[in-house]
Formats: sequence, C-alpha cells, structure tokens
Amino acid sequence: MTYAKPAFRHPDAKTNDVGCTRRDYEGGLSTLCAGCGHDSISAAIIDACYELSIEPHRVAKLSGIGCSSKTPAYFLSGSHSFNSVHGRMPSVATGANLANRDLIYIGVSGDGDTASIGMGQFAHVMRRNLNMTYIVENNGCYGLTKGQDSATMDTDSVSKKGDINPYTPIDLVRVGIEVGATFVGRSFSGDKAQLVPLIKAAISHRGFALLDVISPCVTFNNHQGSTKSYASFREHNESMPVDFVPRREAITTSYDAGVVHEVCMHDGSVLRLQKVNEEYDIEDAQSALDAIAHHAKEERILTGLLYINRDSEELHDVLQTAGKPLNTLSQRELCPGSRFLDSINAGLR
Amino acid sequence: MNEVKPTDIRDPEYFHKVVDCQYACPAHTPVPEYIRLIAQERYDDAYMVNWESNVFPGILGRTCDRPCEPACRRGRVEEEPVAICRLKRVAADNKTSILDRLPKIPKRKNGKKIALIGGGPASLTVARDLAPLGYQMDLYDDQPAGGGFMRSQIPSFRLPPTVLDEEVDYILDMGIHTQFNTYVDSLKGVLDKGYDAVFVGTGAPRGSDLDLPGRAECDKHIHVGIEWLGSVAFEHIHEIGKRVLVLGGGNTAMDCCRTARRLGGEDVKVVVRSEFAKMKASPWEIEDAQAEDIPIINNHVPKAFVHEEGKLLGMTFDQVEVVYDDSGKRSLVPTGEEVFFEADEVLIAIGQDNAFPWIERDLGIEFGKWDMPSVDQQTFQSSNPKVFFGGDAAFGPENIITAVAHGHQAAVSIDLFLSGKSVQQRPSPGVNLISQKMGVHEWSYDNLVTIDLRQKVPHVDKNLALKDRKVEVELGFDLDTAYREAERCLNCDVQTVFDGAKCIECDGCTDICPTDCINFIDNAPEPALRQTMRAPAGNEAQDLYVSGELAQTARVMVKDENVCLHCGLCAERCPTGAWDMQRFLYSVTKAG
Repeated sequence: MTYAKPAFRHPDAKTNDVGCTRRDYEGGLSTLCAGCGHDSISAAIIDACYELSIEPHRVAKLSGIGCSSKTPAYFLSGSHSFNSVHGRMPSVATGANLANRDLIYIGVSGDGDTASIGMGQFAHVMRRNLNMTYIVENNGCYGLTKGQDSATMDTDSVSKKGDINPYTPIDLVRVGIEVGATFVGRSFSGDKAQLVPLIKAAISHRGFALLDVISPCVTFNNHQGSTKSYASFREHNESMPVDFVPRREAITTSYDAGVVHEVCMHDGSVLRLQKVNEEYDIEDAQSALDAIAHHAKEERILTGLLYINRDSEELHDVLQTAGKPLNTLSQRELCPGSRFLDSINAGLR
Repeated sequence: MNEVKPTDIRDPEYFHKVVDCQYACPAHTPVPEYIRLIAQERYDDAYMVNWESNVFPGILGRTCDRPCEPACRRGRVEEEPVAICRLKRVAADNKTSILDRLPKIPKRKNGKKIALIGGGPASLTVARDLAPLGYQMDLYDDQPAGGGFMRSQIPSFRLPPTVLDEEVDYILDMGIHTQFNTYVDSLKGVLDKGYDAVFVGTGAPRGSDLDLPGRAECDKHIHVGIEWLGSVAFEHIHEIGKRVLVLGGGNTAMDCCRTARRLGGEDVKVVVRSEFAKMKASPWEIEDAQAEDIPIINNHVPKAFVHEEGKLLGMTFDQVEVVYDDSGKRSLVPTGEEVFFEADEVLIAIGQDNAFPWIERDLGIEFGKWDMPSVDQQTFQSSNPKVFFGGDAAFGPENIITAVAHGHQAAVSIDLFLSGKSVQQRPSPGVNLISQKMGVHEWSYDNLVTIDLRQKVPHVDKNLALKDRKVEVELGFDLDTAYREAERCLNCDVQTVFDGAKCIECDGCTDICPTDCINFIDNAPEPALRQTMRAPAGNEAQDLYVSGELAQTARVMVKDENVCLHCGLCAERCPTGAWDMQRFLYSVTKAG
C-alpha cells in the first residue's frame, strides 16, 4: 500500500493570499476505506480553507471517536488538533474556545459520536451557541465496528446483512434548529459544489454552525435498500445551490429572481442561496422546520443552508469574557492582586 | 455545441501517446519497460528489450540524440527528465552474454538476395530484421569495417570501438556477406548482378566546404570536419597544430574540437556564425567541449583565410548582431568590426549533404528537390520498386536512432515486396494491456514517486582524457546510481484505465490525485472542458481522457494526461475498481 502521497504538485498550482497552495492544507494519507465519503469531506475542508486563505496555524480541529473523528489527521497538518474522548469533543472545544477566542474551531464528528454517545454534549454546545463549525460526517452506521445501524439511520432502511431498521431516526438538522444552533446546513460528500461554499460560510459564521453531511459508508452502507448510499442519496437529494462570495469579489452568478436569497455574513462576505421555493424564509426557524418536514414527507432530502440567525450572541458575548485570548494577557491582568480579590469577595457578602 | 466523445482506448495510439518517451523515440523503444528491468537488476532482459527495438543499445546509450528526454513527463513536474540515455548504457555495460538470445538464422535460405549499400545503422538494421527470415544479403561499404558514420565520425572517447564492434558483429555474424573497402560507383552495376532488392543506406557523406579567399592556397591546413574525423578514426592522422579553429555549431564541430584537443591542439576555439541559443549541437556535447577548455565564440561570420605564401596564419571574421524583424525572421547584421584569430589549422564542420553521383538517372529512380531521390515516407520505397532508401540517404541528415527506425520500416517493405504483397499494407503494432494489481493496494511496479534529482554521470579525469583520444570520457552510472536514476521513472506506460460502468462517483480519485488531473464535470466542447477543470489543462499537446456519461449524475470523468504521475493512488482510492493500473506494452511490428 502506498503510504506517502507524491510530493510533486501541478506545476501551475496557484497560491492563495497567504502564499499557500491547496496541497499545503493537506494532512497525512487517509487510512479509511477507499471511496469513503469522509475523505471527500476532508478534501472539501481543504478546499474551503485554501480558498478562504486561512493560515493553517489559525485553525484548531477537534474530534471525538470513530471513522469521522480520525479524519483531522488527513487535513490541515499545520493546524492545532485535539482528538478527544468519544462524544466529548464539544466540551474540549468549549474549553479551548474560552481560552483562545481568536482561533477558528472546526469540529469533526460522526453520527455515533454526535447522535448516540455524544447527544448530551451535542445538544448543550448548541444551546450555548459556541463559536465553532461542527461537521457531522453522517453515514447512518457504525463503520468502525462492522456497520451496525446508527441513530441517524432512516426507518425501513435495509442493513447490509438484510435487517430492516425499525427505529425512528434522529434528524440532526431539526434537532439543531430546535436546540439553538444559529447556522444549520445539510449537504452531501459527493457534491462539493455545494459543500465547499457551505463550509466556507460556516467558518465565516459567528456562532454555532452545524453541518450535517451525508457521507456514504462504502463498506457497510452503500448497497441497494440503504437510504444513505451514493445512488439513493443522489436520487432523493433536493439540493439548494449555495454560492459563497468573499467580501472583495463581485457577484457574478445569476439565479432566477424570487428564489434567490442573499445573506450578508458577519465578516462582510455574501452568501447567495437558491431556495427551493419563494415562501421559504431561511432566517425563520419555523419556516425551515416546515420546509424540511414537508420534503421529508415526500421522500426528498433538503440540502443546502437550511437556517441562519445572524444576530445571535455567542458564548463569549453571554459570558462577557475577556476580549483577547488568555495567552496574550499579562500576569498583571491575569492576577490583579489581593485588592481586587477583596472587592470581589466583598461583592459576594 | 460539440461535446467531447468518449476516448477510444482500444486505439493503440491513445495510450502510446501517453508514454511520452516511447512516443518521441523514432524507433518507439519501450523506455519505461527497460528502465524497470534495470531497477530489477535484470540487465540482460533490459538489453534485449532495447536490442529488439533500437538494435544498438550500447552505441545509443552513449551517442543518441535523445529525443525521448525532452519529452519525458518528469521534466514537466520537476526540473530535469530521467537520464534515459545513460540508463540504456547501464543495461549494455552490465549484461552478460546475450548470444543465446539472438535470433536463429536459418541454414536454408529463402532464395531471395538483397544488396545493402552502406554499412551504417540503417543497412545494419535491415540486415538484422531480414537475416532471420532467410534472406541472403551482401553488404557493400567503402570503409574497412562496418558501422558507417558511427565508426568514422563518432570519436573513440565517446564511443569505444569495442562497443561498436560488438553490436555491429551481432548482425554481421548473422551470415551477412560483407564487401568492405568497396566503393559502389554504379547502382546499375549492382542491379545487374540480379539482386531481388537493393537497400541504399549510404548516409550523407559529403561535408560542406567553405569557399573563402585563401581556401585553395592553404588547403594543406584546412580540413572538412567529417573527413578529418574519419582519417583520425582510421589512423591516417595522428596530430594537429597547436592553434586550431573549428567552424560550425553542430555535434560534428563538438567532436572535431574535442578530438583536436587530444591530438595536440592547445588553443582550440569553436567559432559559430549565429548566437549560442541557436546552436545545433546537443547541450550536453557543448558542455563537455567547454569543460575541456574550448571557448565557443558566437556571432562571428567567417570572412577569409589569412596566409603567408600558403602558410596559414589565421582567419578573419565579421562580427554580427542577431536582429529579428517584425515577422520574427532572423538576420545577422554586421557590426562593422572585423576580428582576427590566429590558427595553424582549421576544421570546417558547417554541415553535410547527400550525394548520389553513383546512381544512374535512367534506372527509374526519380530525383526531386536538392537532387534527392523521391522516397515514400512510410515504405521507404523509391520509384524503382526494387530500390529502397533509409537513414540519412532517404531524407537528409538526421541521427542514428532515426536511421534505425527507417531500417525497420524498409525491412518490412522489402519483406512484403519480395513476398508479393502490397508495401502499403503495414502491419499493426503489437499491443498488450495487463492489470498490475497484485493485492488490495499493491502493484507490481514501484508506484512510489521519488523526489531524487537527476543523477550526474561521472567523467574520467580531464588530464587523462586529453592525453589519449581513445580514453572514454563518460564512465557511466555505477549500479547504485543507476538504481536511483531508474526509480525516477514515472512508469508512464502503466496506464490509468477507467471503467465508467463501475464508477459510483465518490470523488475518491479526484481528492487523492497529487497533481489534480482527475475531474468529474459536465461534458462540454474541448476548449471549455480544458478551462473548467480543477487545474486548467493548458498543455494542448497532451490529450484529455474522457469517459462516457456516468450513471448517477450524467457527468463525465475527464483526466488531463499532462502531469499524471502514474502513482496509482486513484486506483488505490477507488472502491469499485473503476480505475485500474494496466501496463501498456507497445511494440512496432518488425518484418516477418
């Protein structure tokens, strides 16, 4: 097996604003199964960070346990990284974010790590609106333990062994909107034209950004009868194209009037969305939930940016924390002396 | 709008073109195939792959013009191509006896007799291809030994006579009847002897002269380069004056100046009419000359030989400036300054011409422009169906490997002609395409791409080299270096073969490709397709590999062959085996 990707790159490979080529955002060679959707998501993260000209050392990538959570080893080898305990990535992310609010936090999790063992932490990190991008690589099964159905597996989907799933799935985007995520999108590992701009928008969003990315498991969940195979998902995908336009660039894409929605992001970049119909208001939680439910009923899976709340307070705003990362504060600021302690104590009497 | 049709990979020429080195080689030697054999220390096998195709591996491994190297894909992803030529020499230098692998020559002949005129690479190739088929052949040459200009023009310090003799003898020992020291002065005389076919491989034997004031007066001190080199090779000349001027910028000029340095020339200069960049000599030959303290003086047009009662004093030159007009046409404009260089002897190496004074013009052979015979580009047959031409004699001065390629094709034609078949019906190439998959992620070739830079060939000590014209300058790679250099080959003959019916469009190949070659996009006319690719495919000399419409999204797979590293990662990351790495062996079909 090849253990190293050739160092040669395309001779015409361009560099971005910080002087990096796309290949500078790569990580180690993936050890996941050939054809795994997760590898495509890693590639989409690489594309997004390259195109946003993010300096790799400004990123912290975090993960839990599972196939998905191995992937931070396969992208952004120049970034900070923490591979935490199963389902506990949100608390590590919260701690890191509170200590250094200036980094870009990208969490990568799977359907087991998020919707089963991690469901508690997942719900609470959304409630708190922690400023991070949380990507769920959702394949509907536990690929690392021979492909048992996970909590996101659709009812009546057939396992590779032939069993029909009797349980109701957890729809992560609906949970996200209900519980307080302020940016909620769904996409597909096999559609980079939609996924890359969504990741860029999620990174630009101030607050908690959830991306539920359907990512077929080629080994255990890509057969006929599975609802999360490449073929089945493509057949049922109701895709809403997304265009991410950085602040400096002119908008060139043209969509039909009426269904186009432009969202001005916190950092001045613009998100152009082609909605599935005119009535759908992606800045209204109920409208989003209705649209998702309506399509689900017709066996269509709505993908794209589903909901956004641009004017939320993220966790640092709520807690009124220091405006700078803790590692930039001086000893005087961190330890102001007994006079301040006395006044704090006095306030508590 | 015309969308691009799916690539027809059953056409042998498609994958042949992907193997850039083999495609560029006039004889289409399967280069990556023998380089792999060298890496496996199978030198005899590597030698035979070469011998089958180019007949003179040991000679060409030292002297080839290397059209393969500028074509090498590696030169497009890093600075320098694989040292293909010097690896060929490794196979030749390290082989054991290959005599038992040579074709058997039938004792009973087929009754057809062929005359080969000229003993150079073209004639020898015809002999090699036709002798195993039972043809009887008489080879005529005015030199005392076979090899033609490989013997008379290429100095021993580049090509030792032992190497030349060995490879010439493999062929002559096939029962070729040789008549050396025999100048053929009449083609009619040859035809009258009742040969069934005649092959003319007499090269371009006439060196151009320079008719300037003083030329006749100092004739003793002025020599035509190729004639002088021949006289040195056959030991008629052993020395030269201390101050030598060599006129001309081609490989013959380089051979002349370096030989002059070895025969006593201390102040040897090469003087070239035009600028350095336009010199015809191979860059490595120019480098070797400069390394032997030979200055190259450009932009000097010869004006006159200066002498004192027949004793050469030197030459005058007009200094010129190179000027390009609006249409890009180049002219040499004199600056008005005249330069004088002292010299005891002058060697003129400004080109060579064909000459056929010995071919009667009433034999049915048409002669056209430049008094050259009309020869069919594909069959090498002249307008007299019995007479075939090849090598420099066919279309003017080229090189050894081109002469070999001509020889193969002429042999095919002669065999067809003498079998009563049409010479226009050329045999198809031999093609073989086999999967290299050994295990789930295992290939039968070294698919890891090394980042080693091109290895340098060591040279013998300069003082030693300049003392004796017979000491070979290049020492060749030792086996460790040869292995490292062989590993630089990208194995472009191991093709990425795509089966769209198996593809599930997971993007695994697109994501892993180190050089961004693979795309899944909507079909469009080719120029648009080239622009919408992940890395725009700007090199139009390189093909796009396009699949049919894919089942799930109706897109097509488009691969830019330009900088594919043939690393096999696309096939390793493919869950369904839609990609496979398959070795493509293409061989030009020989006579018989």
